[in-house]
Amino acid sequence: MNAKAIAAWGIAAAVLVALAFAPSYLGPYGIGLMIGIAGYVTLATAWALFSGPTRYVSLATVAFFGIGAYTVAVLSESLPYPLVLLAAAAIGLVVALVVGLSTLRLAGVYFVIFTFGLAELIRQLVTWYEVNVTGTLGRYIFLDLGPEDIYWQLLALAAVTLLLAWWIGRSRIGLALKVIGDDEVVAAHCGIDIARVKLALFALSAVIITLVGAIQAPRWTYVEPAIVFNPTISFLTLIMALLGGANRLWGPLLGAVPLFLLFEWLSANFPNHYSIILGLLFIAIVFVLPKGVLAFTEKLWKRGRAR
Amino acid sequence: MTTLLEISGLTKQFGGLTAVDGVTFSMDKGEVVGLLGPNGSGKTTVLNMVSGLLPPTRGTVMLNGETLTGLSPNRIALKGVARTFQLVRILPSLSVLENVVAALAFGRRRLWGTVARDEALARLEQVGLADRADETAERLTYIDQKRMELARALAADPAVLLLDEWLAGLNPTELRIGIDLVASLGERGVTVLLVEHVMDAVRALCGRCVVMNAGKTIADGRTADVLADAEVVRAYLGAEHA
Repeated sequence: MNAKAIAAWGIAAAVLVALAFAPSYLGPYGIGLMIGIAGYVTLATAWALFSGPTRYVSLATVAFFGIGAYTVAVLSESLPYPLVLLAAAAIGLVVALVVGLSTLRLAGVYFVIFTFGLAELIRQLVTWYEVNVTGTLGRYIFLDLGPEDIYWQLLALAAVTLLLAWWIGRSRIGLALKVIGDDEVVAAHCGIDIARVKLALFALSAVIITLVGAIQAPRWTYVEPAIVFNPTISFLTLIMALLGGANRLWGPLLGAVPLFLLFEWLSANFPNHYSIILGLLFIAIVFVLPKGVLAFTEKLWKRGRAR
Repeated sequence: MTTLLEISGLTKQFGGLTAVDGVTFSMDKGEVVGLLGPNGSGKTTVLNMVSGLLPPTRGTVMLNGETLTGLSPNRIALKGVARTFQLVRILPSLSVLENVVAALAFGRRRLWGTVARDEALARLEQVGLADRADETAERLTYIDQKRMELARALAADPAVLLLDEWLAGLNPTELRIGIDLVASLGERGVTVLLVEHVMDAVRALCGRCVVMNAGKTIADGRTADVLADAEVVRAYLGAEHA
C-alpha cells in the first residue's frame, strides 16, 4: 500500500468516526436528516452496485425496501431484533433470487417496466393479505430503538455497502460486470456466466436495500403498504445514483446527499408542487448529465488540461 | 494428425430460410482452414454455431470428441473456442488492457492481478498494441480495434480460433503482418478456421479450404484444387466463367 492509499483510508476512517459522533452535536432535527441521508446513500450505492455497470435500470428498490419494513412490522414482537433483521435479509434474498431468475433475461425497457410492476404487485399482495386474512391494513411497530440507534445502524450499513462496492470494483466479478455492461456477446465469449454474475449482484443489492427498509421501519411507528411501498423511493434512489454517476464508487453518495437535502427543503416549502419539481429535476438530470456529475467534471477537467 | 474439430450435418433455419444446410467437415490439430463462399452463403452462421452464439437447428459440433452443441457460449469458450467478429466487437468503455484481461480472467486459465496484466501485455505486444494498453478502447482506430480483438481471442489460449474476415480492410503492409501472425498461430498448434475474402491471404495461409454456396458445402480440399474447381468458380463468378 502506498502513502496515498493509506491517507485515503485514514480520511475515510476519520470521516466515519466523526459521523458516528454526530448525535452528540446535532439536535433531533439534525439526526432525522442524517438518518434520511444515510438511508438514501445506502440505497443509491446498493442500487448502483447492480444497475450501474449492467445498465439494467431497476425500479424495484421500493419492493425490497418495503419487504424489509414489513418484515419488521410483522415480526418485531415475536422475535429478538437481530433475528428480525436476519429474517428480513433472508426474505429479501429469496425474493431477489426468484425475481432475478425469472427476469434477468429481459433487457432494456422491459426490465424497467417489470421491476416497476413488481413493486406494485408486492404492494397489492400485501394489501390484499392484510385486508382479507389479518383483517387490518396498518400495523404498529413498538421497538425500543431511538433515532441514534437507527442512525448508527444505517451508518454502519452505508460503510459496509461502500466497502463492498469498492471491493467489487477491484475484483474479478467487477470486471465481469463491466464487460457485461459493454457487450454481453463478448462477455459470453470470454467465458463469463452472465446469468450467474447478474443474479449474484442483483441479490446482493436487493439484500442491502431490504436491510435499509428494515432498519428504518421503527421510525414510522405506524406502517401500511401505501407508506412503505411508495414508488417515490425507487425514483429518488434512481435519480440520486444517476446524478452522481452510477459507475463511480462515490457517485451515488455525491448524488444522494445534495438531492436529499434539496428534496427535504422542497417538501417543506413547496408541499403542493413537490411532485412536479421532482419530475422536472428528473428530466433535467437525464438530459444534461446522463453519465453523472463525476463523469461530467472529469471530462471538463480533461478538456481543460488538454488545452 | 488427430481430428480436433468435427462439424457434422450442421443446419440452421431462420423461419423458412435455410441459411446453413447440412455442413460437414473436420479439422486436424494445428490446421489452418479457409471457409470460403460468396456473401450470404452461410459462413458466419457456421462460425456462430460453433462458438455458441446461435443454436443449430440440427447437426453437431464436436471438439476433441466432446459435443459442443447445446452448450452456452461461455461454456464453449471454456472448452477452448475463441473468435473474432465480422463487425469488430470491442468493450468500448474499458481500457485496451482490460479488453484483453477480460479473456484471461474468466477464460480457461483464470488469471488475475499482475499475472494477468503481464500476460495481457504480452498478447498486445504480439499484435503490436502494447504501447496503447492504457488507452480507452473506443479511441482506437478500426484496424487497431481488430488487433485488440485478436489479442483478446489469443489471450483465451484457444484450441480452435475462429477468425471472421479478420484480414479484411488491412492495407498491404498490415496484411503482411496479419498473415505472418496467423501463420505463427498455426505453427504453435492453434487450429484456425478463417472466413476470408482476401484471396492472397487464403493462398498464403490455408493448406485446405471448404467452400460454401447457398448454405451447402460445394468443395473441400487442397486450396489450389478447390480454387480451380469448376463449381467454385461458378459460385463466385457466374456460369459463363466456368
